[in-house]
Amino acid sequence: MKNFHVAIIGGGIIGSTIAWELSRYKLNTIVFEKGSDVASGTSKANSGVVHSGINSRPTSLKAKFCVEGNQLFQQLSDQLGFSVKFTGKYVIARNNEEIKELKKLKQVGEQNGVPNLEIKTEINEPNVPCEAALWVPTAGIVSPYQMTIAFAENAAINNVEFLLETEVVGIKKQNETFLIKTNKGEFKSNIIVNAAGLNCRNIVSMLEKPDFNIYPCRGEYLILDKNYNNLVSSMIYPIPPREVDVLGVHITPTIEGNILLGPSAEFIEDPEDKKTTKEMMNQLLIEAKKIIPSIPDKGVISAYSGTRCKLASPEEGRWADYRIEESKQTPGLINLLGIESPGLTAAPAIAKYVTELVSKHFDLKEKTGFKVKKQGKRFNELSKEEQSKLIKKDSRWGRIVCRCEHITEKEVIDALSNPLGAKTLSSVKYRCRAGMGRCQGGFCTQHIVRIMEEKFNVDVKDINLKSPESYLFVGRTREVKND
Amino acid sequence: MIEHSVDVAVIGGGPAGLAAAVSARENGAKDALILDRNSWLGGILPQCIHDGFGVEETGISMTGPEYANMYTNAVKKQAIDVWNETMVLEFNKKLEITAVNKKGLHKIKTKSIILAMGCREKTRWNVLIPGDRPSGIFTAGVAQAFINLYNILPGKNVVILGSGDVGLIMARRLKLEGANVLGVVEILPYASGLPRNVVQCLDDYDIPMFLNHTITCIKGRGRLESVTIAQVGKNMNILPETKQEIKCDTLLLSLGLIPENELSKGAGIELDNITGGPVVDQDYMTSISGVFACGNCLQVYDTVDALAVGAKHAGKYAVTWKSKNDGLKVKSGKDVRYVVPQKITKKGTTRFTLRVEKSMQNVTFYVKSGGDEIFKKKLRWVNPANMVEINVDISDKMINSKKDLEVSIDG
Repeated sequence: MKNFHVAIIGGGIIGSTIAWELSRYKLNTIVFEKGSDVASGTSKANSGVVHSGINSRPTSLKAKFCVEGNQLFQQLSDQLGFSVKFTGKYVIARNNEEIKELKKLKQVGEQNGVPNLEIKTEINEPNVPCEAALWVPTAGIVSPYQMTIAFAENAAINNVEFLLETEVVGIKKQNETFLIKTNKGEFKSNIIVNAAGLNCRNIVSMLEKPDFNIYPCRGEYLILDKNYNNLVSSMIYPIPPREVDVLGVHITPTIEGNILLGPSAEFIEDPEDKKTTKEMMNQLLIEAKKIIPSIPDKGVISAYSGTRCKLASPEEGRWADYRIEESKQTPGLINLLGIESPGLTAAPAIAKYVTELVSKHFDLKEKTGFKVKKQGKRFNELSKEEQSKLIKKDSRWGRIVCRCEHITEKEVIDALSNPLGAKTLSSVKYRCRAGMGRCQGGFCTQHIVRIMEEKFNVDVKDINLKSPESYLFVGRTREVKND
Repeated sequence: MIEHSVDVAVIGGGPAGLAAAVSARENGAKDALILDRNSWLGGILPQCIHDGFGVEETGISMTGPEYANMYTNAVKKQAIDVWNETMVLEFNKKLEITAVNKKGLHKIKTKSIILAMGCREKTRWNVLIPGDRPSGIFTAGVAQAFINLYNILPGKNVVILGSGDVGLIMARRLKLEGANVLGVVEILPYASGLPRNVVQCLDDYDIPMFLNHTITCIKGRGRLESVTIAQVGKNMNILPETKQEIKCDTLLLSLGLIPENELSKGAGIELDNITGGPVVDQDYMTSISGVFACGNCLQVYDTVDALAVGAKHAGKYAVTWKSKNDGLKVKSGKDVRYVVPQKITKKGTTRFTLRVEKSMQNVTFYVKSGGDEIFKKKLRWVNPANMVEINVDISDKMINSKKDLEVSIDG
């Protein structure tokens, strides 16, 4: 049994950024991810916002890591190739009462060290009526799954082992070593990084009695057709509601040119319950129209939900800080608990901090030959000259497979050749965007299936949508036994 | 970019594009080029292995592949150039097309462009069906492609939402492949597909239809496990006491079709909000002179036969177009949902295709020019699922009067 220095449980944005930070050093690191790909949980279903830090309590870890993380994004984007765009955001006030709240937000932001905050009475968004707005220029947008994938794949090419569809079912500590039982066999490690998101409590309880609870809080979203992308150019937020520690339904342009409406906030029992509901869909449209009255009813191309991992119950407290610490009771167990918004923004800074915690156990020595896999631009983002050059080099760049988003055969093949070995239809979708347009895979699915069969020798029965249970087909016609 | 030039370029090689290209050549186009995204010609025809194609046009009931074959032979005979696996990225008012394929990027200069991009299927999110997001949910046309083109079976226990023709035909097709088809769920009080398909695809196979019903929830974390259906009241409100859960592994959606006009929008062509297609005149010329539209990107047709008539018309006039004046508007009056063409710029017998708002019996269609009745026709019944065609003589006097035309019903 191979002994790993570090075992990371969870391949979300937190686990993946930590894996990448650790991959610089001479360490054997493994990541266990129970989904069929990284970014399978909360990391893929959020607003994709690079937060500025105006919404977190001063001196909290949330504020510290958010502000630090925000400053790392441009450089990381340049290095790894995931897109980030500092669109800025407006928090809008529609009456005098709300203008007072703007001043409070500005004050908190300044305490947290957020630069260039400004209260404006005229804003640069013709479709958004308001009395005044707080302009937050350092807020930006990112594709949360593209970013997670970039970190995970870069960690993988620097020898971090990723085991997908691998669920940790039990952990024992023997002397200085953790014995980790999974559905794919047993593994040993000296350190465990518990980045299991909504499952963080289950992991802790395998080793000790947890002193905290998790309160899953679901948020639903609607995505609008790209045809409406001229509605806004920056993010538009309301004054955060008082009842729950969330930011309220807001309007977010996505890095891909859609517009996102949401999220709702609803405490649920089952963290895996990712359904969308008629009530919330209607409510999201109502709330969004309060911000932009001209939002179209018929412009929705998809809906989804994600679940926040909250440490504070809805009844008491409402607010809780992150807990990022090594367990006193179980040395070597590094827990990341309650990493909700602004977790995506905080992740790169959290990863640096966790690396410091790991360095207390090992003398970290940098590797030589650290590799970088930079995500290239999409075909549809290139100039005509660049496109022509690519097609000359490899004709598969000239075959458009996804007609809505103009994604080429080459991009689908590259997505399927990913270093993590992720091979579901969603893995393709989240890597190259085929199937994410207005027809939602209606035309390209058959072409992607054909590429999987012909170029990757996949049996159609083994093609899954997103998880091991989500098979796409029962098999070939007339070869299927009917029971 | 590689430069080319051609008299008539047709965007889309489905039934409309083929018929239009052939017609353009028959009517004197020096040369014609069909650009299509797929590796085959005929659009969705090759996956439509049932018969009923070409009955009105030829008197013979053909399967989709047979019907496509008839036209691909004509394309060959007319020496029409075909580029498969080619995606048109844009076109402009100067009638230049930019397209991409494995040979590179192409700029094609044309004398006229015929739009025949077809349509796409409505998805789950066009009607916002709530619930989980499992695998096993397909639009009916996608499922049809998997079964008929690739011999892949999507599932074994199937519910179909929407009673459009593709949905009805897929109910029968899945039954023939040994799947259990548990029912067709339709929110309206009547089927939205053709009556003959209800008989031949559902009744003949004892497949139940749930009229005035819709799906209120989808369940399944990995693969689809069940759908909940419920009856709707008069205002389409859900009647909670009628909810029932149906266990199934597959849901096919036959919710209707949306004309594909992303290219038209990009070029700035005026679109009709109701049809979803370009606004055209009696020659099927769009708001950009020299650009014509036909097939399902103009309006969604009931049958390929009616579609071919329009496509041939567009092909013919694409050869000899002239810039035209504004002409008269054609308005939809009482109980008429839409009329194509939406504009008239010259005299002659004009074929109007239209749809009504609701099912009615013993109705009279009127066409009025500034209040004067110029045409009247009685029909025993009409419903929104069946397109109505009327031929109206337009005189110089009407054109010169500059008074808009209105098509309406008095029942």
